[in-house]
Amino acid sequence: MTYIAKPKFHHPSLKKNELGYTHRDYEGKISTLCAGCGHDSITASIIEACYELSIEPHRVAKISGIGCSSKTPDYFLGNSHGFNSVHGRMPSVLTGANLANRDLIYLGVSGDGDSASIGFGQFAHSIRRGVNMTYIVENNGVYGLTKGQFSATADRGSKSKKGVTNTDNAIDLVAIALQLGATFVARSFSGDKTQLVPLIAAAIRHKGASFIDVISPCIAFNNHAGSTKSFDYVREHNDAVNRLDVLVGRDPIAVDYAPGTVQMVEQHDGSKIALRKIDADYDPHDRLGAQTFLARHAAKGQIVTGLLYVDPDAEDLHEHLNTVETPLNTLEADTLCPGSAVLDKINASLR
Amino acid sequence: MSDKKPISSVNDFVVRFANVNGSGSASANEMFARAILRHGVPVSPRNIFPSNIQGLPTWYEVRVTEDGHLGARGGVDMMVAMNPQTWDKDVAGIEPGGYLFYDSTKPMPSTKFRDNITVIGVPLTAITNSTYTDPRQRQLFKNIIYLGALSALLDMDPKLIEQLIGEQYKGKEKLLSSNVHALHLGRDWALQNLKCPIGLRVKKSDKVGDRIFIEGNSAAALGAVYGGATVCAWYPITPSSSVAEAFTAHCKKYRHDPETGKAKYAIVQGEDELASIGIVIGASWNGARAFTATSGPGISLMTEFIGLSYFAEIPAVIMNIQRAGPSTGMPTRTQQCDIIACAYASHGDTKHVLLFPEDPAEAFEFAAAAFDLAERLQTTIFLMLDLDIGMNHRLCRPLKWDDAKQYDRGKVMTAEMLDEGRDFGRYLDVDGDGIPYRTYPGTHPTKGSYFTRGTSRDRYARYSEEGSVYADNMQRLMRKFETAQDLVPRPLQANAERPTKYGVIYFGSTSPAMDEAIGLLEARGHQLDRLRIRAFPFHSSVASFLAEHDFVYVVEQNRDSQLRQLIVNENGIDPVRLVPIVHYDGSPITARFIAKAIGDHQDHLKVTPLRKAVS
Repeated sequence: MTYIAKPKFHHPSLKKNELGYTHRDYEGKISTLCAGCGHDSITASIIEACYELSIEPHRVAKISGIGCSSKTPDYFLGNSHGFNSVHGRMPSVLTGANLANRDLIYLGVSGDGDSASIGFGQFAHSIRRGVNMTYIVENNGVYGLTKGQFSATADRGSKSKKGVTNTDNAIDLVAIALQLGATFVARSFSGDKTQLVPLIAAAIRHKGASFIDVISPCIAFNNHAGSTKSFDYVREHNDAVNRLDVLVGRDPIAVDYAPGTVQMVEQHDGSKIALRKIDADYDPHDRLGAQTFLARHAAKGQIVTGLLYVDPDAEDLHEHLNTVETPLNTLEADTLCPGSAVLDKINASLR
Repeated sequence: MSDKKPISSVNDFVVRFANVNGSGSASANEMFARAILRHGVPVSPRNIFPSNIQGLPTWYEVRVTEDGHLGARGGVDMMVAMNPQTWDKDVAGIEPGGYLFYDSTKPMPSTKFRDNITVIGVPLTAITNSTYTDPRQRQLFKNIIYLGALSALLDMDPKLIEQLIGEQYKGKEKLLSSNVHALHLGRDWALQNLKCPIGLRVKKSDKVGDRIFIEGNSAAALGAVYGGATVCAWYPITPSSSVAEAFTAHCKKYRHDPETGKAKYAIVQGEDELASIGIVIGASWNGARAFTATSGPGISLMTEFIGLSYFAEIPAVIMNIQRAGPSTGMPTRTQQCDIIACAYASHGDTKHVLLFPEDPAEAFEFAAAAFDLAERLQTTIFLMLDLDIGMNHRLCRPLKWDDAKQYDRGKVMTAEMLDEGRDFGRYLDVDGDGIPYRTYPGTHPTKGSYFTRGTSRDRYARYSEEGSVYADNMQRLMRKFETAQDLVPRPLQANAERPTKYGVIYFGSTSPAMDEAIGLLEARGHQLDRLRIRAFPFHSSVASFLAEHDFVYVVEQNRDSQLRQLIVNENGIDPVRLVPIVHYDGSPITARFIAKAIGDHQDHLKVTPLRKAVS
C-alpha cells in the first residue's frame, strides 16, 4: 500500500510534546483507504491521542486482523512494530504479545467483521481474560474490502447499498464487552474527534481490557439512506452521555468546570479523567446500570456514545497469572533453565 | 489344561489387566510395573483406554522383558480379568498355555473358561468385603489385594512393593499401613491356597541400570522448561493435555522467583486451538519462547496460523501428540498419521520442520532443541510425538543437560546494531542461508520497526504484489528450508553384519519394535540396514541410503504410508523401491508384525523375481 512515498520534512515550528516529538512522529504511511473513510478519522484520532499522551512511538505494538480497519495500523505510528495478522485473530496474537512483554502499550485495531463475525470468540475471550490493551473496533456494519456484504453489527432492518434488507439481529459489541467484564468500555463516532481523542487517550492509560466501539461510516458501501451506520444517521441518533478530558498526572487542571457537571475518575497510573456529564444521571461506574441504559436506548434507535463504564482499579491478565515484572522476552537460560543438578534429582525421582 | 503345557518363563512375559475405567485400578497396575522394575527387570507398560471417564473397559498391559524389548509384543501370557464386560474377549486373547487370574467370589460356569490355560481364582470380593465396609475402600483395596496375590504367584519380592507404597504415601501413615495390609491380605491368601509360584516368574536382575521411567508428554514438557519456554497456550485434547499439565506442574516447581514468588512463565488455556496458536505466534513475534501442545484436530484448526508463521517468519513450537484420525478418529489410540498434514500444513506452498523423537529422552532433548530451531529458523517447528510415547511410561536413558549451553536466539538485530548503521531489511538475506534478521517490537525509537503481515512484501517488509518480488521471497524461503536440513537432528544408521541390498527406514515410537524385529528377521536369515529418521527436512544421508539399497522398507503407523510419500516427493525417487510396511489399527506396532511383513516380502522377492519381472 506504499506506492506513494510520504515526505519526511515538516515545518520547523511544528509544536512538540513533552518528549520532543512532533505530530509527524506519530504518523505512518499514506492511507490507501477511500477518500472520506471514517477509518482515516480514527487513525488521526489515534495519532492525536498518542501525541498528547507523549507516548514514545516505538513503545506501542499495533496489532490487527484482516480487513479495511486492520490495514490502518500502517497509517499511524510508523516507528512502531505492527502486525496485520489473521482474520478475526488479532485478540489472540495481542494476548500472546502482551504476555511476552508487559512493558509495551498494546493497541488492537479491528473491524466489525473481524471482531463480531469471524473473530467474535476471540474478541470475547480476550476481554474476559482482562488483557491490558486498547481494543478499537472501527465499526461500519459492512464488509468493505469484499464490497458491501452485511457484517454482524448491521442493524436488523437496515438496507445494503444494493437495497437488500438485513433480517439478522445485530451484535452490539459494547453490550457484550460490558457483560464479559471489560473494565473500560466506550462508544464513539469517527465524525466526533473531540469525543474520540480523549476516549482513546483514557483507554491507553487504563490498565486492563479497554474496549472502544467506534462507529465509522463506510463511504463506499454503507453511507446511503436506509443504512444505520451512515454519517447522517449516526449524527442524528448520537446520544452522548458524557465528554471527557484526560489529565495526565503532571498536567495542572487547566480547565474550570462548573460545579456538579464533572465527575473525576483517577486511573491506576495516576492519570485523571474529567467526565463532563451530558446526561446528569449516567453513572459510568455502574456496570449493570450501563447495560440497562444501553438496551433501553438501543430500543429507541439511539446510539449511546461516551465513556460508558470504567473500573479504575481493574486488574489485568499479568496480575491474574502473577507473572514477574521483568518482561518474559528478556529472560535467558540463567533464570529460565533449572540446570543439570536439578535434572539429576528429577532423574533420581523417576527410578 | 489338557492339551497345552503351561507357559514357563522367567522375566519374559506379558501380563494384561482388564479393568473398568474409573475403578482406581490404574495406580495399582502402575505399581505392579514399577515393582518389577525394582527387581532390576525392564518393563514396558501400556495403557489401553477408552475416550470416557467411568464405566467403560480399560486395559493395562505390562511387558516384562529382561532383554529390554520396549515395544508392544502382542499376545497375553497372563490375563488379570477384572471386567465382566470384556471377559469373553479377554479369555479368548490368552496365549495357549497362558494363565487367567480372576475374582472367584461368584462361581462361573465352566463354559466361561478354556481348557488350554491355567485358571487361577482368588475370591477378591469376598476377601475385600470381609475386611472393609466402606464401598470406595472396597473398590480401591481390591486392586491392592490382587497386586498382593500376583506378587506371590509371580514370585516377586514383597519388600520392593512395600517400598513403593512407602514412597507413594510418604507422610500419610494411615494410607501407607492400610495399603501394606491389603497387599499382604492378597499375598497371604495366595500363598496359603494356591500353588506359588506359577510358570511365569520375576527374578531379580540388573538390566534396568540408571534408566528412568517417564511419560513422553512429561519429558517433552520438561524439555520446554529447560529450553526456556515462557509462554504456553493450549486447548485440552487427548492425548496432548498432559503436556500442558506437566508443563504447569514443572513450572510451579522450578520457575517461581524465590524472593517474590512471581512466575517466570505464563500459561493460558485458550478458548480453542486457534487462540492457542495465535497466542504462541503473538508471544514469539514479541521475542518470547512459546509453544502449544495439541493433536490432529487441533492441527487442522491451526493451519491458517501455521501458514502465517511460515510466510511472515515467526517462530512457533507445536507439540503434536498424534492419535488415530481422520476427524475425531480414535482419540485414545495411537498412530503416526499427521506427517503429511504437518509437513505441508496450510494453503499455498509451505514446508515445515518436523522432529521425530523415539522415546521420552529424545522428547526432552528435541523439545528443548525445538525452541532454538524455531528462533534460528524463524518458523514453526513440530515436535511429533504420539500417544504411545506421550501417555505411557517408558524406560529410557536419564535426561541430560549441559549447563554451559546458552539458548540460540537466532538472528535478532539489537538497538546497538541498528545504531551502528547495520542495514535492516526484515526479509533481507544477508549471508546466503535464507534467514533474515528480525527486531523485537520496542527495540529502537527510530530504526528497525516494520509491519508484519501475511501478505506479500519485499525484502524491506514493504507491501508488494510484484511477481518478481514475491518469487524472490519464496525462493529465499526454500533456501532457508535447505539450511534447516543441517540444523535438525540427523538420521541414525545401523548396518547389518553382512552387506545387504535391503534397508529399512522407520521413525518415532516404532523404534523399539523395529530394533526387536531386526533380531527376529536375522533369525530368519534376512539382513537389513537400518535408518532411523529423526527430522524433516531430510538430511542428504537419506538420499544416500536410498541410493545404496535396492529395496527400502518404510515402516510406519498410518494407512497411507505418509513418511514414504514424503520421501518419494522430496527426493524424487522411484516409489517402487520404497516398500510400505504399515500398521494402523490404533494399537502400537509390534516386532512380530514388522518381522512378518518384511520377512514375507523378502521371501517373496527371493522366490519369484522372474515372474514378477514379466507380469
